[in-house]
Amino acid sequence: MKKELGILTLLLVLCGVTAAMNPQFLSTANLTSNANLIGIYGIFGIGLGLIIITGGIDLSVGSVFALCGVLLPMALRDWNWPWPLALLCALGLPMLLGAAHGTLITKMKIQPFIITLCGLMIYRSVARFIARDNTKGFGDAQGFETLKHIATGKCGGVPNTFIILIIIAVIMWFVLHRSTYGRYLFAVGRNEDATRFSGVNTKLLIGSTYVVAGLLTGIAGVLFAFYTNSISPSIHGNSYELYGIAAAVLGGCSLRGGEGSIIGILIGTAIFRVLQNLVILLGIDSSLEFAVMGTVVLIGVLADQFFQERAKRKLVRQ
Amino acid sequence: MRGIGKRFPGVVALDNVSLSVGKGEVLALCGENGAGKSTLMKILGGVYQPDDGQVLVDGQPVKINNVTDAMKLGIAFIHQELNVLDNLDVAANVFLGREPVLGPFKLINQKKIYADTEPYLKRLGVDISPRTRLDKLSIAQQQMVEIAKALSLNARIIIMDEPTSSLTLSETERLLELVAELGKSGVSVVYISHRLAEVDRCADRVVVLRDGKNAGGLDRSQISHDSIVSLMVGREIKSAYAASSCAKTPGFFKVRNAKTSRFPGKTISFDATRGEILGFAGLVGAGRSELMKALVGLDAAGGAEVSIGGDSLRIASPRDAIGHGIYLVPEDRRGEGLVTSMTVRENTTLPSLKKFTQLFMIVRDRERKVANEQIASLKVKTPNCETRVVNLSGGNQQKIVLGKWLSMSPKVMILDEPTRGIDVGAKAEIYRIMRALADNGAVILMISSDMEEVLNVSDRIMVMHEGSITGVLDRAACTEENIMQLAVGKQIAAAQAAFAS
Repeated sequence: MKKELGILTLLLVLCGVTAAMNPQFLSTANLTSNANLIGIYGIFGIGLGLIIITGGIDLSVGSVFALCGVLLPMALRDWNWPWPLALLCALGLPMLLGAAHGTLITKMKIQPFIITLCGLMIYRSVARFIARDNTKGFGDAQGFETLKHIATGKCGGVPNTFIILIIIAVIMWFVLHRSTYGRYLFAVGRNEDATRFSGVNTKLLIGSTYVVAGLLTGIAGVLFAFYTNSISPSIHGNSYELYGIAAAVLGGCSLRGGEGSIIGILIGTAIFRVLQNLVILLGIDSSLEFAVMGTVVLIGVLADQFFQERAKRKLVRQ
Repeated sequence: MRGIGKRFPGVVALDNVSLSVGKGEVLALCGENGAGKSTLMKILGGVYQPDDGQVLVDGQPVKINNVTDAMKLGIAFIHQELNVLDNLDVAANVFLGREPVLGPFKLINQKKIYADTEPYLKRLGVDISPRTRLDKLSIAQQQMVEIAKALSLNARIIIMDEPTSSLTLSETERLLELVAELGKSGVSVVYISHRLAEVDRCADRVVVLRDGKNAGGLDRSQISHDSIVSLMVGREIKSAYAASSCAKTPGFFKVRNAKTSRFPGKTISFDATRGEILGFAGLVGAGRSELMKALVGLDAAGGAEVSIGGDSLRIASPRDAIGHGIYLVPEDRRGEGLVTSMTVRENTTLPSLKKFTQLFMIVRDRERKVANEQIASLKVKTPNCETRVVNLSGGNQQKIVLGKWLSMSPKVMILDEPTRGIDVGAKAEIYRIMRALADNGAVILMISSDMEEVLNVSDRIMVMHEGSITGVLDRAACTEENIMQLAVGKQIAAAQAAFAS
């Protein structure tokens, strides 16, 4: 909880500084757009967080975005599929890919980094091939207005993406922090042997996180496709997996596994988005965007390490 | 080595031990588990510093502060677990840290390093190329590489700790010949082994340690199986065995044809009685832990036919074993028994977590209740059940491992070295818990390498040697002498068969 309070303070400070230096930050348009993007980043960030808690990693998220982002408008407009079917496929495909990753990782004992790195290269390339490198969009959304409304609409001024994130976050909070599944995830991430010795099917458990993360990636992918409404397969969602990883790490997930929280991931995601926004609003040269974000992540991780070492020393002294 | 003493917190590992080895002599160092052999050799090898006494080389007192000092004095230590880099080739391993270099950039002189390695391999009579990666070699060949490294360091004394424990028969033969050759060429060898036949074959002299003290020495002409065993045992053991009066059901738990990956050619069968504590004795590496892991479905070789009370069970994974009430308290408490970063409550309920849920959600109050019950009944010293296990002492950690199974009413409880690294008070507690469990109608299988523990706690003792059960001792026949004879592989009349067919 202490950790979450720490990063929450960081988030509030960043918001305060940005708002003070450019009141534009608090404008409705800006807040809406931030809420939209936090919604999208947060949904797949939670998925990545689950994987990271088991000690794994998924690098293929951005490419899955491109693949789904290309296939969804093609299914809806070129092939005239009914939208529920198209949506089902757009969510099912990432789950299938996740299941494939999970199986290869647990049964063939291949490192998650390698498997998902291959995914990163393969899926983007396939997306470009399928779309013939053409940019795809949803046009006037004829025949699937409902879907478009769900994805891009608002409820009482709050973008639906943000509302969907909150719903997912609440569900996943219970799953991770209150269910047996969540408890096993933390256990397996820290000590797979002891968990297996306690009768948990650790392979199935680890594999399943890739499927759950696949579903969340699919949901975020659909929302993101509608958000941009212009899906260029070669750049759509490029390096988004790294955004998610950075947000999860900022939010207190350890890449060694066994640590992390939903609240932390949400705050980490928000920090990440506010930093992107801050670069633009404060008139910092846009080429420095990643330098700013990289520096903040670095400081965050260093500070965390510093406090952990101090706590350890305190414990030893006692 | 003269008057060496070494104390660890709570134990005196060595007490006034002296040992000498002459040039070109092959000295065998024998003793039971925990007699102090390894500690003594680690002092010679610079791993530990002695608290008392001195080490003399060529009559001069020397101070060996670390492994490098030992190397400089020509002392090489070949550990039981080989210290090789299996991702590098033979030459790189032999010359690690002393690579011949060339030119201003100190590049490794490839030609020289391979050429320099050859003669050592030749001298050892092994037919491998210095360019072979270590992971392409057998354990025996890797061991040869370690010996080659020792020779390349101009070692005058080579310490070998259980060098044949993972070698095949013919590889062992070859090693014994080599040890004899090394002795002839003027290199002194200190040979630690449990295998008395090997000692009998290769040693010029035997020194036996017992409980961290010199128990005696034997010259070449006096060496025999029985003379070594009688020096190894003979310690006075305070008898603290508490027989229980509960009803026993023989043959309640039956194991037939259990296989382990470590000893693939051997199968093990035994019967255990309901209500008894069945001790498993044997020397380190006899395959006891492997057997227990196989019983709970953790060994790929598997295939054991297991039955409880006449019902045969299928056990392919720890999940199956747990489902049938067979629980393992593993030897490696922190690595396999606990998730130390989690709390006492979370560890206690980990294997039975499903029982604590309501609508898929964990009810923490119910968890707390069970965790607190275990804390109270096992007298765990912890601030509360929300303390992380990592902050508890070894004895209390072990009680948590026990507690998680005790809350699930075990039928068969397997404990692997249950009191290793635990203080005396906690040990007594754990024995009490085991006895109470047995009296409640469970089968307790206890592996222990602590002779005193195995003699004082067990109702019967099963002794293993090299992956087989050599015999079972009834309470009346449970003596240290009998256990030692069986543990080194000798059949004795007092022993019974492991199972009734």
